[in-house]
Amino acid sequence: MDHFTPISALIGGLLIGLSAAWLLVLNGRVAGISGILGGLLPPAPRETGWRMAFLAGLFAAPLAYAAFGGTLPPVDFDVSLPVLVTAGLLVGFGTRLGSGCTSGHGVCGIGRGSPRSIVATGIFMVCAIATVYLTRHIVGM
Amino acid sequence: MPLIASAFASGLLFGLGLIVSEMVNPAKVLGFLDIFGNWDPSLAFVMGGAVIVSALGTFVARRRGVPVLAPRLDMPSRRDLDPRLMAGAALFGIGWGLVGLCPGPALVDLTFGPWQIFAFVAAMVVGMALFRLVPDDWPQAAFRREAARVDG
Repeated sequence: MDHFTPISALIGGLLIGLSAAWLLVLNGRVAGISGILGGLLPPAPRETGWRMAFLAGLFAAPLAYAAFGGTLPPVDFDVSLPVLVTAGLLVGFGTRLGSGCTSGHGVCGIGRGSPRSIVATGIFMVCAIATVYLTRHIVGM
Repeated sequence: MPLIASAFASGLLFGLGLIVSEMVNPAKVLGFLDIFGNWDPSLAFVMGGAVIVSALGTFVARRRGVPVLAPRLDMPSRRDLDPRLMAGAALFGIGWGLVGLCPGPALVDLTFGPWQIFAFVAAMVVGMALFRLVPDDWPQAAFRREAARVDG
């Protein structure tokens, strides 16, 4: 497990938790990325500004990190374009149908003790682990 | 205006957290999901740290009752489990496992990742738009039809 990075993982996790706590305590909103993005399709009046601002913050993060001397991690994946597009469609459709993703259910929902989020997180974790098992160890994609 | 600045700061913190923890790297995420391979438990530490602070935030927000900048707290209150939630989570999980990208990291990667990230995000937005075509009672209605058949 030479690639295991518990310290940076924990610090990053605390920052993500702080982001969620910040948005809830100050803005009264849940920091669910799929919900924030999906809520812009189509944009509703009075609901667009804060969503766009949150997304702008996400886009600005790598620039801010690099500006303060941080070295950005690599973005490595090794899949064909059709697989990439299929995955994108499943992630977009699935997170809207299931009312949340890793952030909305995994971080905010579990932090709230929501039974829906605990079940959803269990399901998407198991399905993702099964998918990786199939593609890496059975089919060898 | 304070609401906008505050949402920007929250997005920035979220993105920085994903970068510091390397969750913006799909290979790192797949390393966690690959429990039968060379397992990397890092993602569990990210989730653990995030859930603890998020829970504290929820506690503070509920105690205050009213957000600092907004007129009311907008938190989901449903507690029922329905086929929609479970089917959606399953589809999302399959898509997540195929590449190692979920919505947050995919959006942050738009700024500095390879061009293929745009293809993923474009497909993700199309998937979200397609969801709007889904009838409100799906897949519950299909489950009910199935149940009726089984009951004879």
